[in-house]
Amino acid sequence: MIAFSSANIRTWSMLGSNGAFGFAALELPEIDENLAMLTADEMYFSGLERFGAKYPQRLYNIGIAEQNMVGIAGGMSKEGMNVFATTYATFASTRSADQVRVNMGYMKLGIKLVGLTAGLSVGSLGATHCSVEDIAIMRAIPNITILSPADCTETVKATLAAARHKGPVYLRLTGGQPNLPVYKSDYEFEIGKAIRLREGEDIAVIATGSMVYHSLEAAAILAEQGISSTVIDMHTIKPLDEAAILDTLGAKLLVTVEEHSRKGGLGGAVAECLAGVRVKPPQLIIGIADEFKTAADYPYLLKQFGLTGPQIAQTILQKYDEVKG
Amino acid sequence: MSGVGWDELVANRCLTAVRQMRVYALQMSLAAGPVGAHLGGGLSMMEIISALYFGVLKYDVKNPEWELRDRFILSKGHGALAYYAALSLAGFIDEKDLATFKSNETHLTGHPHMDLKRGIEFSSGSLGQGLSLGVGSALALRSRGNHTSRVIVLMGDGEINEGSVWEAAMSAPHFKLSNMVLIVDNNGLQYDGTIQDVLDMGDLAAKFDSFGWTSVNVDGHDLPALLAAFQTPHERPLAIVAHTVKGKGVSFMENNRAWHHCRLTQAQFEQAMAEQVEQVRPELAEAR
Repeated sequence: MIAFSSANIRTWSMLGSNGAFGFAALELPEIDENLAMLTADEMYFSGLERFGAKYPQRLYNIGIAEQNMVGIAGGMSKEGMNVFATTYATFASTRSADQVRVNMGYMKLGIKLVGLTAGLSVGSLGATHCSVEDIAIMRAIPNITILSPADCTETVKATLAAARHKGPVYLRLTGGQPNLPVYKSDYEFEIGKAIRLREGEDIAVIATGSMVYHSLEAAAILAEQGISSTVIDMHTIKPLDEAAILDTLGAKLLVTVEEHSRKGGLGGAVAECLAGVRVKPPQLIIGIADEFKTAADYPYLLKQFGLTGPQIAQTILQKYDEVKG
Repeated sequence: MSGVGWDELVANRCLTAVRQMRVYALQMSLAAGPVGAHLGGGLSMMEIISALYFGVLKYDVKNPEWELRDRFILSKGHGALAYYAALSLAGFIDEKDLATFKSNETHLTGHPHMDLKRGIEFSSGSLGQGLSLGVGSALALRSRGNHTSRVIVLMGDGEINEGSVWEAAMSAPHFKLSNMVLIVDNNGLQYDGTIQDVLDMGDLAAKFDSFGWTSVNVDGHDLPALLAAFQTPHERPLAIVAHTVKGKGVSFMENNRAWHHCRLTQAQFEQAMAEQVEQVRPELAEAR
């Protein structure tokens, strides 16, 4: 049993989301004796070194062949194995999109596909390694549950929850190393059930992944100016917790924040949810602009795209002034 | 009885099945009407699928999920005509359902849809994915100690243009999957023309050999040879390159690119059916 102790939580944050996943992976064979762990030459990068040492028979290194990995995972899954497969988020989604669609979407094979370093965290490697389209791709494919944990503690929670979930899951890992902690102690995590982290009346902020931390920071800055905000951790992007969204309609401004393209991600999902609602606040979609920028480190890129706490607060404030009436 | 061995009986059973299955394929194509059907690649694999279902594969129609069954994966999903015909003769699919091929709401879709109760292990249609599914299936079977079942994947020769096929082709020997068999329906034609013209892949058997498979060439319309090919002793995964003729058994379809996917008219159907009679009972055709 993994202890959600403050010492463990500190360790996971230091490891970053990949390392936290690798830590949680050590627990998975206890949850399911049919567990198999596949990786596309990313054992070390996925934090699976200890897993490989402890369970050499369960770890399958497929090589740099992500499409084949998803297909092999499909074959194993159909034969009753509980299969995780890890690679960079961009190679899991864009490169393997057809295999994902046919195996996880069409055939509903219960693969748990882990997208590492989604967003901009590996930005110094260039746009080829960043992943800002994966939510949009996965969301458009039927039957795939999309998990996007806010920090390392939630990464551990989401990994364990994915292993217990029957259908296909895309687990999107974001954030840097160290990873900024949102959760400092144990809490209840349930797939499809958003978590309200802060209560406010003026503004409702729905954030996912790494942006939950930055949104909390933005909410604190807004509070200094007398503007109160609700902040919601939307850790499950599909199926979307529509009730949690409909609960926010009393706010004067609804904001979504994600480390993903502003097109087709959480912002799009929330907008689709509210499209048929007559009376609702205007929605501000904060995310990555529709362009590739130059390679740069994570803090630099977050700033370039306006995704730090103070920048998010500033963007919200501007819109709020415009719409508050 | 002298001179007639078991192998010959099996080959004869397979040949009888091929004759019936060709008729089924033509009837299904006619029933499909204007939407047409993948006749060329269905006809080229008739002997292969017959050898599999009536000579090679272990299965139990009453218990399609039988753990010790062989796993057959039709990767070339456009081989549906031959596949459904074989599944029907084997007893997985009701014969009268064949007439619903490609109609709205049918379970006999243009490319097969995963339906284990009817013997269909996986959905297919997006080419080049079956070998990966086979590797995953074979790994799973081995991991739970099932050393009895074989995993047999059928691919088209055009299909293996897809790069992920070669990723999987590297994986099977890497994981030492001696329980895997790949058979390639090497009919020499793909949608836009000959394999040589569209994407020349050279000597396929040599390629698989160099990837770590045991490979054999066989005449894909010679049933005793096909049945023997599946018995090839192998410690590495086995690749059978079956040399076939696209549109085999219908004169105007043979080696004709246009019949990759085409509508079959009533007149063409009648001509094709007459040829089937001729092949079985030439004296009847002469009498006509």
